[in-house]
Amino acid sequence: MTAVDLSHDHGGEGHAPWLAHHFDTPQQQYASAKLGTWVFLLTEVLFFGGLFCAYAVYRHNHPEVFFDGHHFLSTPLGATNTVVLLFSSLTMAWGVRCAQLDQQRGLVTCLCLTLTAAAVFLGIKYIEYSQKWSHHMVPGQARIMAALGIESEHATDHVPGQPAPRGFRPYKEHLMEVLRHSDQERGVVIVSEKAYEAQLEKRIQNLGVFFGIYFSLTGLHAIHVICGMIAIGWLLRRALAGHFSSAYFNAVDCVGLYWHLVDLIWIYLFPLLYLIH
Amino acid sequence: MTDSNSEIQHEGLGHVVPVSTLLAVFAALIVLTYITVFVSTLDVGRWSLWVALAVATAKGSLVVLYFMHLRYDSPFNAFIFATALVFLGLFLGIVLLDSIEYQPDIEMFLRNQG
Repeated sequence: MTAVDLSHDHGGEGHAPWLAHHFDTPQQQYASAKLGTWVFLLTEVLFFGGLFCAYAVYRHNHPEVFFDGHHFLSTPLGATNTVVLLFSSLTMAWGVRCAQLDQQRGLVTCLCLTLTAAAVFLGIKYIEYSQKWSHHMVPGQARIMAALGIESEHATDHVPGQPAPRGFRPYKEHLMEVLRHSDQERGVVIVSEKAYEAQLEKRIQNLGVFFGIYFSLTGLHAIHVICGMIAIGWLLRRALAGHFSSAYFNAVDCVGLYWHLVDLIWIYLFPLLYLIH
Repeated sequence: MTDSNSEIQHEGLGHVVPVSTLLAVFAALIVLTYITVFVSTLDVGRWSLWVALAVATAKGSLVVLYFMHLRYDSPFNAFIFATALVFLGLFLGIVLLDSIEYQPDIEMFLRNQG
């Protein structure tokens, strides 16, 4: 125990309150916390890896489904969310720096900015999700609505006295319009209107795969954002109580690492889902 | 809010990244985001996926190396992260190889059905 403040001794054990009993030095505690966090991040990478694998297999085998699907995602909203999340990563990294330099006010400001950016991200995500919901583009939505007792004006979803249908049952009119528009822009020649409509119906049904993967990946990511906000809120409370200093800021550093990983996942999700060409 | 521990001398925990580096990394990330959106509007054919992944990897590297301090951190932490990437690569690679291997069989089955 070298340069720790003995005035915070508890129980006469001769070390600062933030130094756990099983560590010899703050350096050892810091290095252990970071090592543990990196091992946790390894499991997180593999956790998302399963969904990225589903994405890779389906996109490789059915690229046309992903090309059709990306027309229903808004690039401006996705790009805005990317910038918002990058900004939150900047403020989080800056917050760690403030903690390292004993800048208490800077730390609190950075954590507040990070929390605000995370809330903006979720707000934009909410706008995107609610647009999909309004067109019944959530796989299994009819059953979710039936379970929650939500009335649907979509005739095919509600046959009184019968169980709600399974699977992907969007508003066909809206999806057909979007796909038709995309085909027109690419100069697709329609020989027979009847055959074309049958093909559109098939393509719309296949979009269920894209939206299943889209909601799984962005949903799992959004859950991570919510967990990150809870962790940052906890950091903010501790920062306001003056728990952190240049000698002890392990929690700030480790939550920061987690937050950057959430950003890192989004850096891949944005081009893979929104920018398909 | 006063810092009760401020009298402690610096333990030198971790590397302090200068503000100029943080801002430069953020600016580079924004520029790369713009590039990836811009490239997606061009018709680069089958290269578009690889360009998008390359730009995303460049952005990810900046985040990992500077925001996550991995450039200045213990090499063992970098080793753990590299392990995650190696196993992710193995996972994706082997599943894709398998999927590609059986795709002709599936197509033949579907043709025979239709």
